[in-house]
Amino acid sequence: MSATIPVAETPLVRFLLGRADDALILGHRLSEWTGHAPILEEELALANIGLDLIGQARALYAFAAEAEGAGHDEDDYAYLRDEGQFRNLLIAERPRGDFADTMVRQALYAIYAEMFWQAASQSTQRELAGFAAKAAKEMAYHVRHAGTWVVRLGDGTAESHARAQAALDRIAPYLDEMFDAEDPSLAGIVPDVPALRPGWDGAVRALLEEAKLSLPDVPFPQRGGRAGRHGETLGHLLATFQHLHRSHPGATW
Amino acid sequence: MVTELARAREIAAAVADPELPALTIGELGMVRDVTETADGIEVAITPTYNGCPAMGMIALAIEATLLEAGFSRVAVRIVREPAWTTDWIGAQAREKLRAAGIAPPAPRTAGCLAPAALACPRCGSAETEEIAPFGATACKSLWRCRACREPFEHFKCH
Repeated sequence: MSATIPVAETPLVRFLLGRADDALILGHRLSEWTGHAPILEEELALANIGLDLIGQARALYAFAAEAEGAGHDEDDYAYLRDEGQFRNLLIAERPRGDFADTMVRQALYAIYAEMFWQAASQSTQRELAGFAAKAAKEMAYHVRHAGTWVVRLGDGTAESHARAQAALDRIAPYLDEMFDAEDPSLAGIVPDVPALRPGWDGAVRALLEEAKLSLPDVPFPQRGGRAGRHGETLGHLLATFQHLHRSHPGATW
Repeated sequence: MVTELARAREIAAAVADPELPALTIGELGMVRDVTETADGIEVAITPTYNGCPAMGMIALAIEATLLEAGFSRVAVRIVREPAWTTDWIGAQAREKLRAAGIAPPAPRTAGCLAPAALACPRCGSAETEEIAPFGATACKSLWRCRACREPFEHFKCH
């Protein structure tokens, strides 16, 4: 079983895959630090944060499999979809870059994800609500960790400040896409995503102020991840990520 | 006389957590329900973390232990709602954690994410500090005690 699978994407399946893909792809980006983190404690933290995200992805893929009803499982979705079938936000697939890129992206995403899952814990779908309540608590620890680093780097040495600001400038075009609305037919199951924006803006403003960093103006925000229009970088990530599974179907060890 | 269902419940609850072998899944508050269905015994458990890598092992251990105890058909079901919280860890289990050198989680409050100081599980001193917010597992952070100089783990509130 190494051929690409077709997925019957109802709005609910597409929503679940989108959120699962965000977590999987970002979790993979964090896993790339294993063996390369600057200190041992960071190695553990990045691996653990990545593990939280990949764990979230697994649960969300299981929900998607149930909603799709085509007999697919988490591995099918993760390993046997092509780039254009991935529904993740572009922010998740950006390269890990340097430590500042990783931490700035992580803080901006985690603040968003904590708010999103907090709101989703009110979902009318109970298993999703329970998952979301748990995910929000996990994200709170990610916010604390990445936020601490953003302040340390931004309000640190001239070098760390410059690199943190450069990281922020690089990721800024990918922020608006996080607040695009989900399909209106999912109201009640899925939170009102654009409504999260003011709260996120406030939290991010406070963090960046403390870190002495400033969000640049973005003339052309980038979007398209949810529709499967990705940057060059996702294809490279998937080549690494999917190669073993596709070249050696059914391999176990 | 103990009914078969009560016996199954007792056996399932006594399965040790693979990452915290001092504790059972019953003491951690992970066992939601044990019922008798047309398909045999069904054990419903709630994961402590969405990504808990031990869930597969725990499910296997429950099945294996119950099969060994003579139950012929066993199924494990994952229940995510309501979400697990460290508030479900019982008082006795907290003492066991402390005895194993792990500072137990504080009750879940707004400030519990970043405790200023914890009592050292070895000497009891409050002169402690956090070294790293993630430890050998995502659910624990690393601390050290400035009084007895020993490092220790803290089970974070969730």
